Amino acid sequence: MTPDREAPPPVLTSQDPAREPAGPSPTATQAALSRGSVLATPPAARKIGGRSRLPSQPLLRHLLVAVGGLVVIWAITSTVSSYDNFQIAQVGAYVVAIAGLTVLTGLNGQISLGHGALMGIGAYAAALIMIHANFPLAVVLVLAALAAALAGLLIGIGAARLRGPYLAGATLALAVGLPAIAYRWPSSLGGGSGLSINQPTPPTFLGANFDPQEWIAWISGLCVVITLVILANLIRSRYGRSFRAVRDDEIAASLAGIHVPRVQVTAFVVSSACAGLGGALLALSTGTVNPLGFPLSLSIALIAGMVVGGLGSLTGAIWGGILIVYLPQWATSVSNNFGFSKGVSSNLAFGVYGLALIIAMLAFPGGIQGGVWRLVNGVRARRARRNSPASAGPQSNEHEQG
Amino acid sequence: MMKRSSNARWSLRAVVVIAAVALVAANMATTASASNHRTRAADGPGVTSTSILIGSHDPLTGIAAAGYSEIAPAENAFYQYINSKGGVNGRKITFKYLDDVYNPANTPTVVRQLVLQDNVFGIVSGLGTPTHQTVLQYLNSNKVPDLFVASGCDCWNNPKQYPYTFGYQTDYAIEAKILGKYVTDHFKGQKVGYIYQNDDVGQGALKGLPQTIPNSAVVSKQPYSVNDLLSASGLANQVNAGKAAGAQVVVLFTVNFGTASVLKAAAQIGYHPQFVVSSIGSDPPIVGGLLGSANASLENGVITDGYLPSENNMANSWISLFKTIHDQYDASQPFDGNTVYGMAAGYLFTQALKGAGKNLTRQGVINA
Repeated sequence: MTPDREAPPPVLTSQDPAREPAGPSPTATQAALSRGSVLATPPAARKIGGRSRLPSQPLLRHLLVAVGGLVVIWAITSTVSSYDNFQIAQVGAYVVAIAGLTVLTGLNGQISLGHGALMGIGAYAAALIMIHANFPLAVVLVLAALAAALAGLLIGIGAARLRGPYLAGATLALAVGLPAIAYRWPSSLGGGSGLSINQPTPPTFLGANFDPQEWIAWISGLCVVITLVILANLIRSRYGRSFRAVRDDEIAASLAGIHVPRVQVTAFVVSSACAGLGGALLALSTGTVNPLGFPLSLSIALIAGMVVGGLGSLTGAIWGGILIVYLPQWATSVSNNFGFSKGVSSNLAFGVYGLALIIAMLAFPGGIQGGVWRLVNGVRARRARRNSPASAGPQSNEHEQG
Repeated sequence: MMKRSSNARWSLRAVVVIAAVALVAANMATTASASNHRTRAADGPGVTSTSILIGSHDPLTGIAAAGYSEIAPAENAFYQYINSKGGVNGRKITFKYLDDVYNPANTPTVVRQLVLQDNVFGIVSGLGTPTHQTVLQYLNSNKVPDLFVASGCDCWNNPKQYPYTFGYQTDYAIEAKILGKYVTDHFKGQKVGYIYQNDDVGQGALKGLPQTIPNSAVVSKQPYSVNDLLSASGLANQVNAGKAAGAQVVVLFTVNFGTASVLKAAAQIGYHPQFVVSSIGSDPPIVGGLLGSANASLENGVITDGYLPSENNMANSWISLFKTIHDQYDASQPFDGNTVYGMAAGYLFTQALKGAGKNLTRQGVINA
């Protein structure tokens, strides 16, 4: 692997990124935003993209994109089948969790192999609250996120002292050990049988025949949008910049007056809250929580989804969520079509994850979102080159990245 | 230099993208027939005048597959036999069973696929206590018939809360009571140890055993989780604890794989108590197969119970019928207790269908 193939060294902009004009379309804006979180938005993209039609205020811009996202979610959920809606709800749960993980790993440089377990905390918290108390669903979801955030606070305090493989090891222990707690107290946590909850039913004003799966997909989709808006704003805020500063160089960051451990703990808490909300959404979509539902392989799948989707990119988290739900299913159906034995087909998904990770690292270090962005940029650069041949050189991607 | 490496990378990317697109397209072409239906058939899901589609979730792979994976094919063979005789009330039965790997995390997805995508009439013989519990509420709140759950949990028999769910086998509590009585009658005064799966299998066992085994006799109660079965040490810890407590009789409420793991671990440490094993974990050919030919003798002397006739009892007319069906439709699978179990469940379902009559609805079969 040549050095120029590796992910670009992240650059801190001297200029406030929030003041940068956005791309011309909502997607491009979102891409630019998420890309800008990994590396400074390339000047070329801004020049070629021309003036933005969206407001330059980040909050306003994110809200506009969010409204667009909600419309897209509504359009999709109201056309696809019940089963598709069930899966969309699950995609949403994973997107929320991966978005949190990408803030932790992509922006703050901390690795966590324990996010599957944190999802479990959120799921169990939601289930327990729904079984023992009669709170509105929104309150349940917020409390589930808070429960995981609290766990994340404790882990984060420990994690802030650890680096690299040691941090991975500590969070790995969490992923392995936490599900065992459910077995320890079978009377309250259900043991191996897990807990069952009543899935939310659509409100009556939607009509008696409204598909419950669609309703759950809406809940999940709304949570995705809210989470992404909050995270997008956080990334563009002072916190986001200190996250990146700590990731890039802890010493430099502390010299600049950033309290490094505090920033790391904050990132862990934010990320854990997202994982908890994701877990709660997962529990809502299946109507059940079970210790076997949050194994180590889930944590690994989240990381794989995050990297393949695009490390550090919130849009990438959407790709990651889609991958986690559809890739194993697709692998199984491929295996069935090719007549592999049952033993092969039930394990093929893991192999495909591995393969996808390797391919992403080799061909698309920026993940799917990075690839999409490159394609968009490539096309734009070519168009710009045709318009003004003089400006061709510095706008090619490789130069910006290399 | 820069230029070249960038070109090479682009072509690598292009190859990857094209390959991925081609794979997806090829796969879509072959699965296009299984497209989704947004609207359900008006005459009730899964039923036409000539057919009925039912589904099930089974451990076709994974730790519980040993033995249990034969149940669904055997049941399917029975339906094929019924279909060859014209079906039930003119309807031929299609039985679609999907693999959930005995993992409760998979079952909700698998069952929703059957109910929402395949529009099955009902779930028949969904296998496993922890797995089926994850869909109990879902099936009942959606009024999907959930018949003859392949598990001995007494939780299925709750017509008030779960009117759409029907159990099948003798429940674990009753089985435990019977096994316990045998232990008390035949091994009076000996120290007893339990090893049980820490879900409702074990809960059932712990409900039934104390009714016939005095608490004073019990020296060790060792739960295990399905996860333990996957670990390298298997159930060695549980066995060691039983040995340390000096248990002379060990009662097992384990799946086949767990029984084999216990027998192996006990032999390794030279521990030879009297094993008493519940019906779910004591299929002789399966446990023997798991132990391997060298160790198969370990299962000799194990005491177990059963509520269906033994597959070796050819004098029984059911067994000889099942054997005929098996040889015709299910010959690739072994013929053992699981086969009998699956076919008996198939028979029960056809009887329920008969009872429901010609105008088949979900409610009708529940009433029957």
